[in-house]
Amino acid sequence: MQKLVVIGAGMASGRLLEHLLDADPGAFEITLFNAEPRGNYNRIMLSPVLSGEKSFAEIVTHDDDWYGANKVTCRFGEKVLSVDTARKVVVGEKGEVAYDKLVFGTGSSAFIIPCPGHDLPGVVAFRDLEDTTAMTEAAGKPGSKAVVIGGGLLGLEAAAALRLRGMEVTVLHIASHLMERQLDPAAGYLLKKDLERRGITVLLEASTKEIVGNGKAEQVNLADGTELPCDIVCMAVGIRPAVKLAQDSGIACGRAIKVDAQMRTETPDVFAVGECVEYEGNLFGLVAPLYDQAKVLAKTLLGEEETFAMRELSTKLKVTGCDLFSAGDFDDGPGREDIVYRDPARGIYKRLVIEQDKLVGAVMYGDTADGNWFFGLIKDGTDISEMRETLIFGPSYQGGASADPLSAVAALPPEAEICGCNGVCKGDIVAAIEGGATDLGAIKATTKASASCGTCTGLVEQVLSVTLGDEFVLPTAQPVCGCTELTHEDVRRLIKAQELKSQEAVWQELGWKTRNGCHVCRPAVNFYLLADWPLDYTDDPQSRFVNERNHANIQKDGTYSVMPRMWGGMTTPQELIAIAQAAEKYGATVKVTGGQRIDLLGVKKEDLPAIWHDLNEAGMVSGHAYTKGLRTVKTCVGSDWCRFGTQDSTGLGIKLEKKLWGSWTPHKVKLGVSGCPRNCAEATCKDVGIICVDSGYQIGVAGAAGMDVKETERLVDVPTEEAAIEWTTAFVQLYREHAKYLDRPYKWVAKVGLDWVKEVLSDETERRALVERFDVSQSVYQTDPWAERAEPEAARRFQPLADLTLKAAE
Amino acid sequence: MSWIDIGHIDDVPLRGARLVRTEVGCVAIFRTDTAEVFAASNTCPHKQGPLSEGIVHGQKVTCPLHNWVFDLNTGEAQGADEGRIDTYPVRLEDGRILLDGAAVSRRSAA
Repeated sequence: MQKLVVIGAGMASGRLLEHLLDADPGAFEITLFNAEPRGNYNRIMLSPVLSGEKSFAEIVTHDDDWYGANKVTCRFGEKVLSVDTARKVVVGEKGEVAYDKLVFGTGSSAFIIPCPGHDLPGVVAFRDLEDTTAMTEAAGKPGSKAVVIGGGLLGLEAAAALRLRGMEVTVLHIASHLMERQLDPAAGYLLKKDLERRGITVLLEASTKEIVGNGKAEQVNLADGTELPCDIVCMAVGIRPAVKLAQDSGIACGRAIKVDAQMRTETPDVFAVGECVEYEGNLFGLVAPLYDQAKVLAKTLLGEEETFAMRELSTKLKVTGCDLFSAGDFDDGPGREDIVYRDPARGIYKRLVIEQDKLVGAVMYGDTADGNWFFGLIKDGTDISEMRETLIFGPSYQGGASADPLSAVAALPPEAEICGCNGVCKGDIVAAIEGGATDLGAIKATTKASASCGTCTGLVEQVLSVTLGDEFVLPTAQPVCGCTELTHEDVRRLIKAQELKSQEAVWQELGWKTRNGCHVCRPAVNFYLLADWPLDYTDDPQSRFVNERNHANIQKDGTYSVMPRMWGGMTTPQELIAIAQAAEKYGATVKVTGGQRIDLLGVKKEDLPAIWHDLNEAGMVSGHAYTKGLRTVKTCVGSDWCRFGTQDSTGLGIKLEKKLWGSWTPHKVKLGVSGCPRNCAEATCKDVGIICVDSGYQIGVAGAAGMDVKETERLVDVPTEEAAIEWTTAFVQLYREHAKYLDRPYKWVAKVGLDWVKEVLSDETERRALVERFDVSQSVYQTDPWAERAEPEAARRFQPLADLTLKAAE
Repeated sequence: MSWIDIGHIDDVPLRGARLVRTEVGCVAIFRTDTAEVFAASNTCPHKQGPLSEGIVHGQKVTCPLHNWVFDLNTGEAQGADEGRIDTYPVRLEDGRILLDGAAVSRRSAA
């Protein structure tokens, strides 16, 4: 009988022993080493043990009786010190064992982030029973808190289990969405929402700085300054193959122990199986391929032919109630198309990835019933061209209908606010409809919904349609783009009503038909989110038009124009010298603009950070000549110099520009302040134009001098500069909160009516509240984008990633 | 094929692009998803707009100058516009972006 020694009693080696003993119980005399003081158990079922849904005894796969019956010599709780492949012996803590065949099943160990405090008591991984017991004990204390570092499969299972035990749980994840290796951002968003619903706090893009405490882990501090008190820290950030013993024994290793398709290492009579192996550059963490390996190795050891082959994998999360599924290659490599299906009412998201008429990947959330059917199509490489149209509806729904365009509105709860002006909820409108108000006019009359600014008209009509069915004929409104059936006004209203604070939330909850929008809707949605939730939403540069991303205006030849701010059109000799020097240095053409500033044209993208740096040094900041935001405040010289000037128009212009610069608006905003009715600053064709008179300030709004030419309309006359600034700011904020993206103020005012604008702004409380909300937004966005991007790290992004022409020349 | 390591995936913004200078001109590396990249010509056939500055959505890019949309799989212009951009083999390995050096060398262009 040959002597077989197996190092490590994990899931792969356990399965190997079963196969060996089934096939030929008398082939080997087996010795099994395990560093843990116990035998094989089903490690992936530790989650239900942690949550209390199962006991440890239930997940043991092989007990003492089994080892005894099969005459396996168990050396549990004993570490293997070394392996001598020349003499063919394994050296354990309690002595040597000779082998004819040796199997490494050393598995993997948890990766621990080497941050300060990682070695404090109370910091555990989630790998073995000891970890599980430590967490269970911590959970026993009432009101105890856990921090789980890592939002992957393992971390989330730990978090959900600890929450079930009644702990306050916070999950920290470094990436921008959960389980980023198995899920796309949309499914990651739904998962986060589900976890938050069960009381788990999820912090994304959270970088752990340190763990602190007096003799044990008591608090986790993040790089952004957040402090999280806790009783236990679970690190579940990943695993690394445990290969030190193999390396020390001279077995060939890459990232793990290298094996061939028969599970042979490069050393004769030495084999490896499980998470500690590397096959054709691949490592393994999920259980299915480990079982495949065990089967192959059993055959190899018995002298039979068998070959290990990589296969497609699917993932399911073992958290009760979180229904997600992913399989195949859904985010890797060119040549692919998507089919996306979203049902916001039921929280369902499905995405199929197709390549050359074959399904290659699937991500599903909320309804995974068809997961295995899709997985089968992936594995078999079935030609799906025939059923492509209805594929996403699954096997039982071939020939199905398209998604319901009204589903987003149908999904709204009764308390969702439809009309923001009059505070009317969906439930009120439905009640009115049921009470006999069956058209828009009747709804307006009975509930006041859409009776003020009117931007919610589309939504009110959709509620009518959802409630009345075929009895109500929906007027055709222009949707934002092909990604949605909703209009801009609908989207704006729903972002507020449903408190949608991320692009993923908008795509999912409003049933977007594409993976991540398009060049039409993305900039609009990005603006709506940052305007409505300045503190919660982070601006996404990748959803911006090139000029706003690069903070300069792209020209027809691909170069850029650079324009520093000149407050109220005033400059100094020093600024002019710096501008002249920069123009010479970077070969720019110089143009004086209509907005009383100086434009430097023809600057190369690579030179942008450098020219910004030079202009910053001279005290100048970006003029935002490229934004949907505040452009210029044009002024005349006013009472400072002009014999007709009635007020300090230049001074007011500068104050307004200093107040408003840096703010993002639905379209560009230009101001003018003239010192007397002769109007030298041409203020009466601006978005906001102020004419100074002896008695104070006449504020006009909604002028235009572009494709349309239109004189401003009088908003109000005020006696003081302070009042003029307050009214102007409140007007700009009202425009920011209500207008459709890419509507200039004159178009927006034409839609909502100047009377409504006047009515809102005349209410002093509301006017002040608008100014306050504007100030909150400015606390985030009033920063010089040039200074940020002239920093070396940011400036690097303006250079090419690589230059292969240099390499070739060498 | 000769795979050249041109940088890390995180050097390219998500739903964004970076440029690589090559013998066949500027090639844009588009990152359409967490781990999904494409390589294509940076130059729009319409008015030579820099495609790497366009908005990346799904597996498409929109030219910043006049909103032509290209499918990054095939390089074909979408909708009513007619035209095509060259695409190049690119792949990801352990987070590194590998571009096919042979496809972007002068010899292959000739």
